[in-house]
Amino acid sequence: MLRSRIRLTAALAVAALVLAACGGSDDSSGGSSSAASPSEIKVFAAASLTAAFTKLGEDYSAANGGTKVTFNFAGSQALATQIQQAAPADVFASADITNMDKVKDLVNTPQNFASNLLAIVVEKGNPKDVKGLEDLANPDLKVVLAAEEVPAGKYAKQVLDDAGVSVTPVSQEDNVKAVVTKVSLGEADAGIVYVTDVSAGGDTIEGVDIPEEQNVVATYPIATVKTSKAPDKAQSFMDLVLSAEGQQVLKEYGFLPPPTT
Amino acid sequence: MSLAAELGLTLGELELEVELAVGTGELVVLLGPNGAGKTTLLRALAGLVPLRRGRVVLDGVVLDDVAAGEHVPTEQRPVGFVFQDYLLFPHLTALENVAFGLRARGLAKTEARHRAAAWLERVGLAAHTRSRPRALSGGQAQRVALARAMVSDPRLLLLDEPLAALDAATRTEVRRDLRRHLASFDGTRLLVTHDPLEAIALADRLVVLEAGRLTQTGTPAEVSAQPRSRYVAELVGVNLYRGLADGRSVRLPDGGAVVAADLNYGEVFAAIHPHAVALHRQPPEGTPRNVWSGTADTLEVIGDRVRIRVTGLVPIVAEVTPAAASELHLGDGGPVWATVKATEVTVYPA
Amino acid sequence: MTTTARRRRAATSRAGAPIGFVVLAALAVGFLAIPLIGLLGRTPWGTLGAELATPRVLLALRLSLVCSLGAVAVSVLLGVPLAFLLARVAFPGRNIVRALTTLPMVLPPVVGGVALLLAFGRRGLVGQWLDRAFGITLPFTTAGAILAEAFVAMPFLVITVEAGLRAMDRRFEDAAATLGAGRWLTFRRVTLPLIAPSLGAGIALCWARALGEFGATITFAGNLPGVTQTMPLAVYIALETDLEAAIALSLVLLVISLALLIALRDRWFPTA
Repeated sequence: MLRSRIRLTAALAVAALVLAACGGSDDSSGGSSSAASPSEIKVFAAASLTAAFTKLGEDYSAANGGTKVTFNFAGSQALATQIQQAAPADVFASADITNMDKVKDLVNTPQNFASNLLAIVVEKGNPKDVKGLEDLANPDLKVVLAAEEVPAGKYAKQVLDDAGVSVTPVSQEDNVKAVVTKVSLGEADAGIVYVTDVSAGGDTIEGVDIPEEQNVVATYPIATVKTSKAPDKAQSFMDLVLSAEGQQVLKEYGFLPPPTT
Repeated sequence: MSLAAELGLTLGELELEVELAVGTGELVVLLGPNGAGKTTLLRALAGLVPLRRGRVVLDGVVLDDVAAGEHVPTEQRPVGFVFQDYLLFPHLTALENVAFGLRARGLAKTEARHRAAAWLERVGLAAHTRSRPRALSGGQAQRVALARAMVSDPRLLLLDEPLAALDAATRTEVRRDLRRHLASFDGTRLLVTHDPLEAIALADRLVVLEAGRLTQTGTPAEVSAQPRSRYVAELVGVNLYRGLADGRSVRLPDGGAVVAADLNYGEVFAAIHPHAVALHRQPPEGTPRNVWSGTADTLEVIGDRVRIRVTGLVPIVAEVTPAAASELHLGDGGPVWATVKATEVTVYPA
Repeated sequence: MTTTARRRRAATSRAGAPIGFVVLAALAVGFLAIPLIGLLGRTPWGTLGAELATPRVLLALRLSLVCSLGAVAVSVLLGVPLAFLLARVAFPGRNIVRALTTLPMVLPPVVGGVALLLAFGRRGLVGQWLDRAFGITLPFTTAGAILAEAFVAMPFLVITVEAGLRAMDRRFEDAAATLGAGRWLTFRRVTLPLIAPSLGAGIALCWARALGEFGATITFAGNLPGVTQTMPLAVYIALETDLEAAIALSLVLLVISLALLIALRDRWFPTA
């Protein structure tokens, strides 16, 4: 009898531990339990911002006594949905206004901080000799685009429709970086991505310009999230992005300044 | 129509070295204790176990010749095998089981089923053609297994302890039927058993296999009359001694001696039936030539007789009436004298 | 407490299961059931019909069935002989081969997808030869999706069938041989029926795994409606924009998977 009681207590103890472990992590993401605001902020940013924002994160950390910046890079549509599902984000930077609008009730006033242009990405050396958008309609060419729900995909569709070019992609990727990957692996012959992705893509790929009259300007807004546990730090990160220093970093990575309207 | 096998093989701990010939018309029963290699021998004849050396010839056709590198695979041998637990295919009906061999050898479905049905009727199971093996009793399953093995008219029929899986009551009845079916089979037959009763009931000739070697062969009567190993002696129930005969006296290796009525010389066996042994508590008078002192050890009641094991220089098993046993208080153990008349000792060359 | 009373107490708890087990088992059931209940709770029952009737959903559903069945076919064709060799033939390197067949089970599916690209992609080890010699490329094709699903699902079949082959009484095969059956006939008419439960269980697991495969498919085969966008991919994409559609799709997958397991459970997992 004593043995079965011990077993019961042990089982309940294990159960309690398991429940405590899952229940506890809602508030302090990562588990730091200080009463003051945590020394870490989470930034949800569009995939195309990977290189630029990582650098900005390092700059922010250095200037703010080691406050850690953790990034979640993904397609903006995925990030918006996650924020709608109450994912713990402090800052949200989207590659288009549509996805920022999706969460407008959950964020503070957004501000445009950069723009981007599209480009065609091909393998280094351009083996299939792609010269422009019209070439992408070639049925023998394997073209990969981002899915239409992804900002890059939406922009690409816009560009192709405006130019009157009909393209059947072989795959619709989940975020713009995946498009770059498929081309750099040699699986796809060409794709449509941002110009910043071409410069960030390394030496396995190169870009083919899309002339200005055919191109679209992608507008990138940024906002702090209302449910942030570190509103001051979130705001200061956003300020850094909008500052001259932040704009300079973005420029170095190929982004254009935000539209002046 | 005969089998000539001379083979040697090793399987795990067992080393089998056997020379065996089975003629037409004779039902040879292979008898031996568990682990002797009986099943292995049958499997080797069926081609299921590789030989290390030797030759197997059936009806003039070479099935195995290790030296010449010849080996006929099992499925091409005209062999029928009845396994110890029948191994009827559980997913097929009795009819399909019996028809299996015919269909495997190319016979058309209808014809195969027709012949299978005929055989099932022959073994008295016409009503069970559609039954699955799990719905059959032990005796019924055995008959299906027999029909399955025999339906393709094999030249060699191998039966591995065909009655072992049955209870005592069914066994007697099935043994009778088995005898009848085997009698009407015109190929070579080899049956394995560990049950001496079965061996004696079925065999034309008995072959004893112990620890991979043949120790004795002969008719059941010959074998029981002159056992040549402890195993057979115990089966038959006689006391067996082996020693050096010099005239009427047989000297045993441990120092004792047995006196017989006849003259013999050289290595011999001496057999004494337990009922020829008389037991006394006092040194006996009279003329028995064999008098041994020993200690009464274990007691066993068998039917209306009592068997007593006596230890000593010449260990012996005696069989007495229950009355005699209680009179001498043999149950209490203690010293006894065993006497045997010289005429009751059977001696034969080893 | 007296000794007799204590013994009685112990006896009652021994009649069922140890109390601790019951608690932990209840936790396990909760762990598995609560997400499903959550799914059912958030299902937009009102608009479910409309959501499911869209061509995109029907396309994904049909594609999922085609690809998963294709993967099962490939797995059976290649996996059963492999299981047979692993179970019956002591060839050199058998243990390595067995480890290799279980590798996809522990590999993260995306890693599997990357490996497939490096092997069968257009620049891959085998893929480049396929492309040059036959003009066949596997990425971005339905065949590629089938390959990706087969890659992750086949081990389930091989493991289960190998276990079944090891467990069966091989003397039945001896009996078949004595009855004149060659190796192929024995396998077809004796071995296969005898391992049918294991084979069925293996196929069920393989099919379920193929149906749910995502990581390797999206990495290797890509994502294109009607060609490579199977149900799990459709759910993933929908999840990012239209949660209700995603839930509706998830429900369909759930119902199919459950129906599959329930239908096969009675036949292939015989309850004592």
